[in-house]
Amino acid sequence: MTAKGGRSGNGSRTTRGSETAAGLRGQPDRESSDQRERDGRGTPRSTASEIGGLGIRKTYKLYVGGEFIRTESGRADAVESPRGALLANISRGSRKDLREAVRKARAAQPGWAARSAYNKGQILYRMAEMLEGRVDGFEKLLRDGRGLTPAAARREVRASIDRLVHYAGWSDKFTALLGTVNPVASSYFDFSVPEAMGVVGIVAPDAPDLLGLVTHLAPVLVAGNTAVVLVSEKHPLASLELAEVFATSDLPAAVVNLISGRREELVPHLARHMDVQAISDAGGDRALSKLLAEDAAVNVKRVRRYELRDYQSDEAQGLDFIEAFVEIKTTWHPIGV
Amino acid sequence: MATEIDERAERKTATSRSEAERPRIEFGTAWEYSPAPEAADIVSIEKRETLFINGRFVPARSGRVFETINPATEEVLSEVAEGGAADIDAAVRAAEEAHRKRWSKLKPAERGKYLYRIARLMQEKSRELAVLETINGGKPIKESRDVDVPLAIAHFFYHAGWADKLEYAFPRHRVSSIGVCGQIIPWNFPLLMAAWKIAPALAAGNTVVLKPAETTPLTSLALARICQEADLPPGVVNIVPGAGETGAQLVNHPRVRKVAFTGSTEVGKLIQRAIAGTGKRLSLELGGKAANIVFEDAAIDQAVEGIVNGIYFNQGHVCCAGSRLLVQESVAERVIQKLKLRIETLRVGDPMDKNTDVGAINSRMQLDKIRELVACGVEEGALLHQSSCALPAKGFFFPPTFFSEVAQSHRIAREEIFGPVLAVMTFRTPDEAVEKANNIPYGLSAGVWTDKGSKIFQITSKMRAGVVWANTFNKFDPASPFGGYKESGFGREGGMHGLRAYVELS
Repeated sequence: MTAKGGRSGNGSRTTRGSETAAGLRGQPDRESSDQRERDGRGTPRSTASEIGGLGIRKTYKLYVGGEFIRTESGRADAVESPRGALLANISRGSRKDLREAVRKARAAQPGWAARSAYNKGQILYRMAEMLEGRVDGFEKLLRDGRGLTPAAARREVRASIDRLVHYAGWSDKFTALLGTVNPVASSYFDFSVPEAMGVVGIVAPDAPDLLGLVTHLAPVLVAGNTAVVLVSEKHPLASLELAEVFATSDLPAAVVNLISGRREELVPHLARHMDVQAISDAGGDRALSKLLAEDAAVNVKRVRRYELRDYQSDEAQGLDFIEAFVEIKTTWHPIGV
Repeated sequence: MATEIDERAERKTATSRSEAERPRIEFGTAWEYSPAPEAADIVSIEKRETLFINGRFVPARSGRVFETINPATEEVLSEVAEGGAADIDAAVRAAEEAHRKRWSKLKPAERGKYLYRIARLMQEKSRELAVLETINGGKPIKESRDVDVPLAIAHFFYHAGWADKLEYAFPRHRVSSIGVCGQIIPWNFPLLMAAWKIAPALAAGNTVVLKPAETTPLTSLALARICQEADLPPGVVNIVPGAGETGAQLVNHPRVRKVAFTGSTEVGKLIQRAIAGTGKRLSLELGGKAANIVFEDAAIDQAVEGIVNGIYFNQGHVCCAGSRLLVQESVAERVIQKLKLRIETLRVGDPMDKNTDVGAINSRMQLDKIRELVACGVEEGALLHQSSCALPAKGFFFPPTFFSEVAQSHRIAREEIFGPVLAVMTFRTPDEAVEKANNIPYGLSAGVWTDKGSKIFQITSKMRAGVVWANTFNKFDPASPFGGYKESGFGREGGMHGLRAYVELS
């Protein structure tokens, strides 16, 4: 566990960070230099850096409905590096935050699904572009957060970009591969096409946090679903940072919503929510997965559990991941005059 | 634009002309039909029917039996062995051994040949199967003869051909079978549901233990005899009749690798919960409350036929029945008037009579449920319309019924009645129709009636339902995937998509 915490109410650390999304986006360089030095020594530094000026610490907020919001519960958790250095404070999302996210994801879903396949593909590609522009920051978050070597961090960020590009290209192709024209034995034109399921809940894996999130999110999006994601509880920072990529990628508001917090607290609410149609469960906790699968029966949710061994591999992407989150609709029409 | 308005105005005048002025066909006593009964003596039903396990007909280990009746006459047809835990265990073990030693090792083309053989045998016995289905389930003989049995046969033919072509359906994958499939089917299409379940499972190399519904075990057992005659290896198909408890034992048996269930949403949720975390595969085909949407520009007479077929086919015992009619306000009066006349012409009665349109309700329990919901509809203030037909003195019958002036909140508009009862509601705009149609936890099927092509695609693509019939209703085919959105279940049956539920991909 590197996400520790338990400050409730208006903990000073949660309110000290920069206040707006714009502010967050403006600060990565200063923050990086500050944190790089800090991690080099393996001890937290809370005073001014040697170059001068006090480092700006970022408070990571939830990403709901296209906005960066604090949890309504006012709770925060501290995230530490594997060596115990304080990295940042994050919001500990609540049931109400989750409900709000589902409500907004629901409202955004028909509009997202109705966008042309070409447009959805372009937006996914735009996400890759925006991520590409921020590789240094993400690599640093992975090094700090999970203690990855520079090479491993670089590999994960590269793979995340490639995965987005992979699914961008699927956008206008999967329908042809998953759809059929059915030769019925009567005078009807009969065809089956994949459609979005609706709102999909995603329980993202702890490791790899960034690549894991992208791996499970991109196929859900390309299929026309909107997503409510419980980001990694242990290593949430890169995922929350990714919200800034989403916010600048022409992705319509509320198509992706990111909630950080305690899985044990949030998963049951996600599983029981009547307006969530499916769950992609890559959390890796068997006991929690079983509870999730049981609760999901309340509205016959489709639950897909993933235990991927190698997220870097080509086996961790492809049509199957899209197929898991589409419904097949069959339409009949008479042939005649 | 002006012309369009003129046309509309004209249409409106035509509509508002009193229906009473139009020539009307007289029904009632003017037409006398002679009885045209199908011969029942071509089937012989054993006094005691047994379980079919490992290729042999055996009694239940507990010795327990239950009576199965003809719902049209209430006469007892047979005493059927009731499978218990020991029987389920024996069946599952037989299926597991048959899977391991024989069926999964058989050349796929050979598996296909067994399925072709079963299909042929069914064709040869199709009349017998139809009569048996009608006697045991109460559905009109013309439906079991022309719909249930031919479609069941077609399912075997269709899937036989898939047996050696599965790699084509799942490119880039190695395809293997799953193992023992536990399958539970309902009483509304007993033989057809057995075929829907067994044919794809066997084609993909699995073996099955099937539990037919408590009230309709006979055609499943007839199918077991056909499997025996086809020399299907013992244990590949096992049939264990029983009630809910037997089904629960099957679902919870640790050696069952896949569960396929068709039935109520309530039970489907219990099953989904029961197998959560076990790693068992699951497909569910559950309840429905389909909206049948009729626009003012539809061919109204055809639409009325579609409405009638949508709700009165098989006494409304159809999960995808068009049980909610959404009709555009401008034509509502006309459609309701036509419906009133049309239900008078439906012949209700002896299911064995070849002229019968609406047969017997499957069981007393179901009849009670229909009566309760209809009473509730009246109580909640909807307007009841019912055929004035006479009902037979014995057996379970219910006249074709519909309600107008129904509100979205009425129970008859929200709950699956599973009987010949239609709830009629109106709408003004296409958006309102879509909103109302989708405003329900179910999502199995929908109907859209309009003569405008672009409107068809607009509306069908907005329906949150797995099967959408445009200018038709209640059509089925083994090549066409069937299954629901939302609480109507998941997984598809039929077509290439249906295979997915019965294969393991790596």
